[in-house]
Amino acid sequence: MLRIDSLSKRYPTGDMALKGVTLEVPDGQVMALIGPSGAGKSTLLRCINRLVEPTSGSIWLNGIDLTRLNTRELRQARRKIGMIFQEYALVERLTVMENVLAGQLGYVNFWQSWFRKFPQATIDEAFRLLDRVGLSDFPDKRADALSGGQRQRVGIARALLQNPELLLVDEPTASLDPKTSRQIMRLINELASERGLSVIISIHDVPLAQMFAQRIVGLRFGEVVYDGPPNRLTPSVLNEIYGEEDWNASGPAQDSEEKRSRLGWSSHPLRDPLQKSVEVNRSQ
Amino acid sequence: MAQATTLSGRQWSPPPLIKNPWVRWGLILGAVIYLIFALSTLNFDPARVARGMQRSGRLLLAFLHPDFTTRGNLIFTGMLESVTMAAISTVAGFIVAVPVGFGAARNLVPMPVYLVCRGLIALSRTFQEVIIAILFVVMFGFGPFAGVLTLIFGSLGFFSKLLAEDIEEIDAVQVEAIRSTGASWLQMVSYAVVPQVLPRMIGLTLYRFDINIREAAVLGIVGAGGIGSTLNTSLRRYDYDTASAIILVIIALVMVVELSSGWIRKRVQ
Repeated sequence: MLRIDSLSKRYPTGDMALKGVTLEVPDGQVMALIGPSGAGKSTLLRCINRLVEPTSGSIWLNGIDLTRLNTRELRQARRKIGMIFQEYALVERLTVMENVLAGQLGYVNFWQSWFRKFPQATIDEAFRLLDRVGLSDFPDKRADALSGGQRQRVGIARALLQNPELLLVDEPTASLDPKTSRQIMRLINELASERGLSVIISIHDVPLAQMFAQRIVGLRFGEVVYDGPPNRLTPSVLNEIYGEEDWNASGPAQDSEEKRSRLGWSSHPLRDPLQKSVEVNRSQ
Repeated sequence: MAQATTLSGRQWSPPPLIKNPWVRWGLILGAVIYLIFALSTLNFDPARVARGMQRSGRLLLAFLHPDFTTRGNLIFTGMLESVTMAAISTVAGFIVAVPVGFGAARNLVPMPVYLVCRGLIALSRTFQEVIIAILFVVMFGFGPFAGVLTLIFGSLGFFSKLLAEDIEEIDAVQVEAIRSTGASWLQMVSYAVVPQVLPRMIGLTLYRFDINIREAAVLGIVGAGGIGSTLNTSLRRYDYDTASAIILVIIALVMVVELSSGWIRKRVQ
């Protein structure tokens, strides 16, 4: 179980990215973290495995306070926390297999990892995971030769090879098309429930979050402003998280004609395709 | 519609680099005046140039009949010595430069290590090779050993500075990803940093070999071994035929090395 207790982060620039966040994530729960850009979602995730050093507060993972660990203890704790990234964060010039095996770096010494001499059990597990995410055909392909969806699958396999107790997922679908996004979210969900992992997913796509998460936490200006089930995300709650917007509108605003004339735009034919694309965006 | 009309006909030109027109025109005027004064102090003597022309005419004429054979043996051993010096110092320079380069990358190491490594780089890059060569010749005597040390010292600054700069520009997310698996610092470097800078490291090595070949040819002139010594001797004896042969051989060698290293670098990227 993960318990975050009044966690704050102030960046050297003076920005308070997190202001006393308190959360509890039970084992096996998939939690989505939503909120506008700059609300502190990424900072919160990175404070948990201390890629970002928290300013104050504590983070307990299965009875260990992660904020008080020294470098060595932190490395050991990190092995149990898998992370999946927005831009996949694969090492581009390494092969698929090397990227997946990187998930076990915390368990082998430097020379083993330098000469890529991982234990056979690790290699077996890596092949099993590659097969599970549907990439068993090209373990020796370079990571930069893969498509976006395939790269994210490698990222997932790498995180799972750590055999983690907690999965931190930072905007896993922001660089993917809608169909691939859903497939990736489904895959993360399935793997989490197979292994009983707790998952925290930061995500911009609210409908996708509602579809796959059991619980939604809304962050705004570094504070939790919503914590509840996906089906209670009403327009007024979304207003509170993201700010004013007509959440039920499915097209351009009613007053667009008036607005356009006020701005001095004529009804130019070139504007029409643009409007259509706005509509498509909203309906997604 | 009234507002729309006021928005048309508005002038625009790109903002000048220096806002204040007095400062801008003052700087231009100052530069022109300085240039005029600087040119007037050059002491340009046409008679001397004419005499020099005669001599360079003789030298250039010698290029029409370079003499490769009379001192062929000396040219060959000198060339071989230069290439050997360049090869040894490139490899040795690379070996000492890698740790310094990693230490001089601000995103990898704590401040004190960074400052020490940057200091070493600055020291190596402050002095031109020829000056260091003179120093080493005084310290270790004439011959290729002083030349090799010079080139190692020069390669150190070159490699580690460019390597450090490349490391500072790597994709930080890949490093984050490897750190988040619980990897140690060395594992992080070998998995997230080395793959990102490896092509550059290979490219720099070949490029430095290029430079070292050229430098090795020059260093002989101050007594640090190699083909430069042979060239220097032949020039002092007014043996322009041999000198021109040596220069032609140097040109050919540099071209061959440059072409092949360029080809290999392209393949590596």
